[in-house]
Amino acid sequence: MHDAHASRAGETSVPLTASAVLVNKVGLHARPSVKLTQCAKRFAAKIELALSGDGPWTDAKSPVKVMRVKAPQGATLHFRVTGPDGEVALAAVLALVHDGFGEA
Amino acid sequence: MAEIQLIGRAASPGLAFGPVAVLTAAVAGRTASEDPEQEAAALRSAIEGARAELAEQIKTIQSEAADILEFQAAMLEDDALTDTAYELIAIGITADHAWRRALDLEIAGYRAAEDEYFRARAVDIVDIRDRVLAHLGGVDVVAGIAGGSIVAAEDITPSTFLATDWSQGGAIALASGSPSSHVAMLARARGAPMVVGLGPLSWHGQPPVLALVDGDAGRVIFDPEPETIRLFELRMAAAKAERAVAEATSLAPAFVANGRRITVLLNVAGPEDLANLDPAICDGIGLVRTEFLFEAAHGLPDEETQYRVYRDILVWAQDKPVTIRTLDAGGDKQVPGLTVEGESNPFLGLRGIRLSLARPEVFRMQLRALCRAAVHGTLKVMLPMVAVPSELDRANEMLDAEFTALQAKGVACARPPLGIMVEVPAAALCAADFGAAFYSIGSNDLTQYTMAAARDIGAVADLNDTSNPAVLALIAATVEAGLKRGVEVSLCGDAAANTHLTAALLATGLTTLSVSPIAVARLKAAIAKVSS
Repeated sequence: MHDAHASRAGETSVPLTASAVLVNKVGLHARPSVKLTQCAKRFAAKIELALSGDGPWTDAKSPVKVMRVKAPQGATLHFRVTGPDGEVALAAVLALVHDGFGEA
Repeated sequence: MAEIQLIGRAASPGLAFGPVAVLTAAVAGRTASEDPEQEAAALRSAIEGARAELAEQIKTIQSEAADILEFQAAMLEDDALTDTAYELIAIGITADHAWRRALDLEIAGYRAAEDEYFRARAVDIVDIRDRVLAHLGGVDVVAGIAGGSIVAAEDITPSTFLATDWSQGGAIALASGSPSSHVAMLARARGAPMVVGLGPLSWHGQPPVLALVDGDAGRVIFDPEPETIRLFELRMAAAKAERAVAEATSLAPAFVANGRRITVLLNVAGPEDLANLDPAICDGIGLVRTEFLFEAAHGLPDEETQYRVYRDILVWAQDKPVTIRTLDAGGDKQVPGLTVEGESNPFLGLRGIRLSLARPEVFRMQLRALCRAAVHGTLKVMLPMVAVPSELDRANEMLDAEFTALQAKGVACARPPLGIMVEVPAAALCAADFGAAFYSIGSNDLTQYTMAAARDIGAVADLNDTSNPAVLALIAATVEAGLKRGVEVSLCGDAAANTHLTAALLATGLTTLSVSPIAVARLKAAIAKVSS
């Protein structure tokens, strides 16, 4: 909520980045991972996430890879998005995290 | 043979006694081809088969279990899970060995996790592994476990749990396992006692015949002595009697000692909360949260969708009063495309009725759906986060306009009474100034706004105390305003379910409390103990 600060880029080829804190009870676990990847897959943009602003970056469209991140509650999720619909995509994944994946 | 007592961790409460079914992983032979391409094709078709089977099961299963299987389906659809196996097949390893090796690697990753929750996901991957192996012919599918059995195993997969009949009792005793596992969630939902972390189950070659499982204390006794069984059966009988009393109490109306009738209502977050629930346990519904309709995944709901949900809840209530709260978004509940992002303090920002008035097209649609549903029962509508009377007045005008327009079109509708949630101290202090049809105290927000302390900030959580005299004074002021104006006052926050507060809340003059369905029996018992 207070932690999200998106840095806007003028061109779509430059990745957009933003971060948000995981507020739901047990972190980025089974159901949230599925919700996040389903949401990410709706966009053409390349969407990646990481536990730190400088990576390593993980494909946010792969539930297997997202689960491997094992992000716990309270962790800051960093997103990096590249593509024509990047801005909408970034807003959508951030909203999902802010909302605690509907279970906070 | 002497009894063996093992201590573990309680994962699902309850007591059970029955015959032991020991689960062991059976590995059957499979004739492999020497051609990597044929092996890859065999794996592909086994994965396809497993996915089809999952999709079939998801269709026939209730929501919580379906979530678990949907997670497995999503994992199985992901190339990241299967790539390693195909790489191993390409270098000449058979399909079943390749799949097992690739998945065991993934499983080891989960088992090494620091977080218990992620460790508990290992068994989900085991489930995925075995499901595909079964389709490859590499493992025998677990034969049906007889109902009423005590299942003893290293761990148990969601699939095995779901394939077992728990209606005749039974329980689970695991050498490893976790209270955070999906099976533990399912066991709690089905009322099957479960103990995990018992340590190695070695029977010196002879598996036990009978077992007692104490899911309250986290204890299992294999091959108990007759005296142990006798004592345990006494405890089971006592627990059963206690449950019967609690169930009977939850159906009876709640009274306090001086004969003052206390109305007990339900808080529900959606229609599924009411499934399998007898309307006789309550006097009506005190709070229907409508936020679930506006969840990110679905986008904003149309009028028809809303109407059907509201109607179904009213039909369930069989003419008992149902209070539906208009959308309470903002604050910690963000709705993409509706709420404002980046507010410096969302709890003091555009939320509740403020947001609805700022987005009249969304609000008017909800009011129309409510007017149409109102013909199916006794509907009351309440507005969240009201601070000043003009907010209620504007909502009343919009409701009138939508009702009149529907009537003019010949649509079946009724105009429900409009009340306010009292959760802003300003509304509590001046409650009598509002032309509300009723007041419903939202104790969570009223407490946090009065004490200026959020309950999810650990350092100040002790200040977030509904029993603070300042909060109780605001509740009493609201009750007084209700008496003066002759309208109902209820309380629907978490404080209503906190039985330590029951006496203090009733002392303010409140006679209506609204709690989640699981808290009803406990609250009624607490009300019965209050002597005035």
